[in-house]
Amino acid sequence: MHPLLEINNLFGGYERESVLKDVSLSVNKGDFVGIIGPNGSGKTTLLRLLSKILRPHKGEIIFGGRDISSIKLKDFAKEAAFVPQDTIINFSFSVLEIVLMGRIPHLRRLESESKNDLRIARDAMKMTDIAHLEGDYMDELSSGERQRVIIARALAQEPLLIFLDEPTSHLDIAHQVQIMDLLAKSRRLANLTIVTVLHDLNLAGEYCNRIVLLNGGKIFKQGSPEEVLTYQNIEAVYKTVVVVDKNPISGNPYVLLCPKEKA
Amino acid sequence: MNNRLKLKIALLFFILFAAIIIGVLKGPADLGIRQLLSRAYMPILYLRALRIFAALSCGAGLAVSGIALQAILRNPLAEPYLLGTSSGAGLGAVIALICGIASRWLPLFAFLGAALSIFIVYNLARQNNRIRQESLILSGVIVSVAFSAIIVFLVSISGSEVLRSLSWWLWGSLQVYDARLLLIVSIIVFAGVLVIYLFAQDLNAISIGEEEAMHLGINAEQTKKILIFTTSIITASLVCVCGVIGFVGLIAPHTMRLLCGPNHRVLIPVTCLGAAIFMILCDIIARVIYPPLEVPIGVITAMVGAPIFIILLRRSEKI
Repeated sequence: MHPLLEINNLFGGYERESVLKDVSLSVNKGDFVGIIGPNGSGKTTLLRLLSKILRPHKGEIIFGGRDISSIKLKDFAKEAAFVPQDTIINFSFSVLEIVLMGRIPHLRRLESESKNDLRIARDAMKMTDIAHLEGDYMDELSSGERQRVIIARALAQEPLLIFLDEPTSHLDIAHQVQIMDLLAKSRRLANLTIVTVLHDLNLAGEYCNRIVLLNGGKIFKQGSPEEVLTYQNIEAVYKTVVVVDKNPISGNPYVLLCPKEKA
Repeated sequence: MNNRLKLKIALLFFILFAAIIIGVLKGPADLGIRQLLSRAYMPILYLRALRIFAALSCGAGLAVSGIALQAILRNPLAEPYLLGTSSGAGLGAVIALICGIASRWLPLFAFLGAALSIFIVYNLARQNNRIRQESLILSGVIVSVAFSAIIVFLVSISGSEVLRSLSWWLWGSLQVYDARLLLIVSIIVFAGVLVIYLFAQDLNAISIGEEEAMHLGINAEQTKKILIFTTSIITASLVCVCGVIGFVGLIAPHTMRLLCGPNHRVLIPVTCLGAAIFMILCDIIARVIYPPLEVPIGVITAMVGAPIFIILLRRSEKI
């Protein structure tokens, strides 16, 4: 079976300067991939290249057997959805209106949503546990709820793949776990593939089956959490002393910081 | 569409109908219905009907342009003259007035002035073939200020007659001098509003964010360019027949957003109704407040609009 997403010798970034240099990586259907790395290592740039916001300078991105530059934006949006860090909405749309926007790629110009579209949107809201918020306005929600609405919108696109850019960065630990559990659940139920940038190494270790560690625009190491989250790798990339141990309950690796100054 | 929305729309239609009737009946010449419908007063009836037609075009064109720009720029305070249309048209008109060009060519000069300023603003804002919203707003302000300075300079070195004619352009009027021009402009406005409506769904997504829209499969950059072009054509054409009428493009969309929500598929048609009502009522005030003289309608829209706007802002922090 071909990988769902295949990246070969990718260079890309802004203007003329390539932030990413020679990145190659493949993602299989059903993978939960975490992209980690220090600030400025090119995580977000990689995600923006993969989601057709930026054009590669060199190299290719193959999605479902086709180069993504040859796929129309609208067709691409039927297969791949994107969840940004935080969505600030200036206009007071209701939750249902926002989730229904996920159906835009499936609608023709001026076509209004059918009963089926409405059903898909409502299913997505049930999945993300926001069905009770349907009529509420986006600007009245907490950031955890807002993020769930945006994930519901992504699910309503009925994609094969969801990209997320640090989906938990503004949330407390309870909401972080809630969002990550939600992603794991949709991966299990809808056989979704998930590619997410994460700051939190422990979340990456707990939820991802594959981790890509970026450093200076290059892939430093990729593989299973046990392979990537070693103290050698992390100390080399983050220039910080850490201890890596196993979570006694899940058995996944976790990373502890070692401060230079005593409290 | 739910029932409450249907009721609101029916109510708006009713108010519009009432406003049209009042607009036809009221004017500096105090005439009854019977007189108005008699053959002798036909010309007055015709003129008043033309004004109402102008109010409909102007209201719909300016308000829908406002909606489109507010969504594209994700700035609820954007208005149709943001691209420098008003000062450009004013400059075109003042040049024509000073050069003593026949008044029937004035609209053409105003249009050219408006087109010139939009062209400059657009190109100032463009970087690497992309339009950033902040640079568009900034260059609009810069060009407006520069053009206004040139207008004041030209006016100050010429006679007061020019100033008087110019105030008509800068504050607007629905007095129609050329019915054929009005018809052409109305067709352009109607087509433009239709084009913007075609993008209603895209505007919903773009009003949240350009990249968000792209993730939903919308070519945001291209949509933005098409809509900036469309709103420019609408405002530049309207400025030829009606001069600059402020506040409609701001207040009608806002009020209607509060009434019917931000979904552009509903908002655009509903705002056409609301803006038409607002324009007709303001025009009635402009005609009857100090007869037989007529106050420029832009003065009325600003005086009525500003307090409404403040109340709206106060009442709901969300826009």
